[in-house]
Amino acid sequence: MKLLLTGARIIDPSQNIDSRMDIFLEDGKIAKTGADLSKSVKSKSSEDITKIIDLAGMILVPGLIDMHTHLREPGFEYKETIASGAAAAVAGGFTSIACMPNSDPVNDNRSLTEFIKRKAMEASLANVYPVGAISKDSAGAKLSEFWDLKEAGVIALSDDGKPVRDAALMRRALEYAHSLQLPVISHCEDTNLSGGGLMNEGYYSTILGLGGIPGIAEEVMVARDILIAEFTKTCVHIAHVSTAGSVGLIRDAKKKGLKVTAETAPHYFTLTDEALQSYNTNFKVNPPLRSKKDVAAIKEGLSDGTIDVIACDHAPHGRTDKEVEFEYAANGISGLETSLSLSLNLIRDKTLNWPELIARMSVNPARILHLPKGTLKAGADADITVIDPQHKWTVDVQAFCSRGKNSPFHGWEMRGKAILTIVGGEIKYDGR
Amino acid sequence: MKFEKKDILGIKDLSVDEINLILETAESFLEISTRKIKKVPTLRGKTIINLFYEASTRTRTSFEIAGKRLSADTINISASTSSVVKGETLIDTARNLEAMNPDVIVLRHSAAGAPQLLASLVKQSIINAGDGSHEHPSQALLDMMTIKEHKGKISGLKVAIVGDIEHSRVARSNIYGLSGMGAHVVLAGPATMLPRDIEQMGVKVVSRIEDAIADADVVMMLRIQLERQKQNIFPSLREYAQHYCLNRRNIKLAAKDVIVMHPGPINRGVEISPDIADDPSYSVILDQVNKGVAVRMALLYLLIGGSE
Repeated sequence: MKLLLTGARIIDPSQNIDSRMDIFLEDGKIAKTGADLSKSVKSKSSEDITKIIDLAGMILVPGLIDMHTHLREPGFEYKETIASGAAAAVAGGFTSIACMPNSDPVNDNRSLTEFIKRKAMEASLANVYPVGAISKDSAGAKLSEFWDLKEAGVIALSDDGKPVRDAALMRRALEYAHSLQLPVISHCEDTNLSGGGLMNEGYYSTILGLGGIPGIAEEVMVARDILIAEFTKTCVHIAHVSTAGSVGLIRDAKKKGLKVTAETAPHYFTLTDEALQSYNTNFKVNPPLRSKKDVAAIKEGLSDGTIDVIACDHAPHGRTDKEVEFEYAANGISGLETSLSLSLNLIRDKTLNWPELIARMSVNPARILHLPKGTLKAGADADITVIDPQHKWTVDVQAFCSRGKNSPFHGWEMRGKAILTIVGGEIKYDGR
Repeated sequence: MKFEKKDILGIKDLSVDEINLILETAESFLEISTRKIKKVPTLRGKTIINLFYEASTRTRTSFEIAGKRLSADTINISASTSSVVKGETLIDTARNLEAMNPDVIVLRHSAAGAPQLLASLVKQSIINAGDGSHEHPSQALLDMMTIKEHKGKISGLKVAIVGDIEHSRVARSNIYGLSGMGAHVVLAGPATMLPRDIEQMGVKVVSRIEDAIADADVVMMLRIQLERQKQNIFPSLREYAQHYCLNRRNIKLAAKDVIVMHPGPINRGVEISPDIADDPSYSVILDQVNKGVAVRMALLYLLIGGSE
C-alpha cells in the first residue's frame, strides 16, 4: 500500500521539522517528505494505486508512543484484553504502547512475553512492547531472567504497582539491566509510608476521613533510586511522577548529569485531590491526585524538560472494581483515549509548544525505550499520528474502545483529537 | 421553615438554620420519652431500616427506639464488612432494600463515603450513622443539643476536643457543627493523632491537653481505640493515660462550670478518669445518650414525617 498524505503541518522534533509538507509512505516505511510530492509520486508509478489523503489544517507527527499501559491479559480479560487495549491505543492516536507486566500470571518469563507479542500480532493494531518484571512474580525477592526476557521481546523492566522495596535488589536490577541496555522503570512508592492510604494526604483527606498517602511516600523512593543510579552509574526511569518534591529531586539529578528520566500522566497535570470530594471512585488512582501546588510543579517540570515523557498509566478496570465503596475500589484511570486531548491543553495554557509536546509523547519515549520509532526520517517505520487540533468532542466512556470505562473525564468537553492513526503504513484508526 | 434535604449525610452539608430546626424539633420530642406511654403515631406506616456494617450498640439502639417511639416499623440489619468485600455489594444490597420500599435507610459503615454512594443510588432518605473517619452527624447534633441545654447557647463557647482526631468522625462532625454555630473549637492530641491541615477547618490545634482545656466551657474526650497502637500512633495506653487523661487535677484548668462529654463507649482510666466520668457536676455523658433519642426522632420526622 502506498499513501500520500498532503497539506498537513508536519512536526517532527527528531529532525527539528515544523512546516507544511507532504509525506509519502511506501511498503510500511516513510519514503520521503517534501513540498508538493503529488506530481513526482504520481508520475513515478502511475500503475500503482496511491491513495492520497488531503490533510489541510491537520497536524501530522511521528506516531505517539505510550510507555506505560496495562493490558490486563492474561488474567483480567474482563478489564482489558491485548486486542481491546490496542484498539484503544490507536483510537487515542498511539501507534506503539508498552504494557506493564502485572498480569496474572506476571510477565516475568519468555513464554508470557511471546504470548503477549502473538496476541498483539493477531490484533494487528498498535505495536505492543511488553515490559518484563524486575523480580520473579514481582515479589521483590529474586531477579527474573533479563536476557531471556529481552530475547523474547521485552523492551524494559518494571515491577510496576509493586515497588521494589529492597534497595539492594534495586541496585542489582539497575546494574544487571544496564549491562543488557534494558531500561528500568521504577514505580516509586514506600509502601510503609503509603500503607492504608487512599488519597493524597492533606486538607481534603482530612475532611473526607480517607487515609492519606503523603507525597514523601513517592519522594523517598525517587531519592533512593537516584542515589542508586548515581552510585552504580546506571540509568533509571521514574514512572508516573505526581509530586513537586519528586520534580525537584529529578531536576537536581539531571543537573548533576545523572541518567535519570521521568514520566507523568495527564491526570497529574489536570486534576487535584479536591475532586475526591464526591467520593467518585473514578478519581482513585495510585499515586493519588495531588494538590494544586503539585500540579503547578508537574507543569513546570514538563516545561523545563525535567519530565521527559507524558504516559497514560492506562489502568482499565471493570465496573465491579469501581462500583463499590471508595475504600474497596481499585486504583486506576482508563487513559489511552483521553491522553492526547488532555495533553493538548498544555499547548493552550503555554506549558509546552507543539514540538515539545510531541517530543514528550513520541520522540522521548522512543529514545528511553531504545525503539527505532518517534521519527519521520526516510526509511523509518511509517508510524504516524494525524491530529485535528480544533476537533470538538465530548468524552463518552461508553464509546471507548477500551473495556475500561473508568474515566473521571466522562462528559468533559475536549478540543483536539487524533483523527488518523497509521501503523506500519496502514491506517489502523480513521476518525475523520 | 421547611426541611428540604433528602438525606442527612454530614454536618458539612447543613446550614445553621437547618441545624437549629433539627435541634428545636428534637426539643419538642424530648418530652415523649418521659411519658408513661412512650409512643406517638407520627410515623405510623413508615418503615426504617437500620443497615449496620459496623458493630454499634448505642447508635443502633438509639435509632431503633427513636423510630419505635414515632410508631414507625424498624428493621435492623447487621452485616459484617467482610461480607461486603466477598459477597453482595453495597449497591446490590441497596437496590434490594429499595425494592422493599422502606422510607429511610440508616447506614453505619466503616468506609468513608459509603452513605454518599447509597444516597446516589436509591430514592429513599439516607441517614449517615457514622462512616469511617468521615462524619457522624446525629452524634454531633445530640452533642450540640446537650451543650445548648447546659449552656443556653453554643456561640462564643470554648470547646476542647481531645484525643485521636485523625480517626474520629465525631470530631469532624462536631468541628463543622460547633464552628458553624459560633463556638471556638480547640483540638488537642499528640501530632500522630492530628490529621494534616486540620487547622484549615477553622480550629486551633495544640499538643497538650492542659492548653486545650484551659478556660474551656466544654471538654469533649474521644475514645482511644486499642488497635490503633499497632499503627504506632501512641506507644502505650499507660503513657497516653498519663498525659491525655482528663482527671481531677487538669479539669481545674477549665472554666468553673465546665461540662465533660464523651461519645462513648468510654475507656475508664484511659482518656477519662472514672471519678470525672461519674461526677454529675462535670459529666453530661448520659445526658448525651438521652438527647440522642430525641435528635434521631427529629431527623426521622423531618425527613419523612412532614408530607402527605
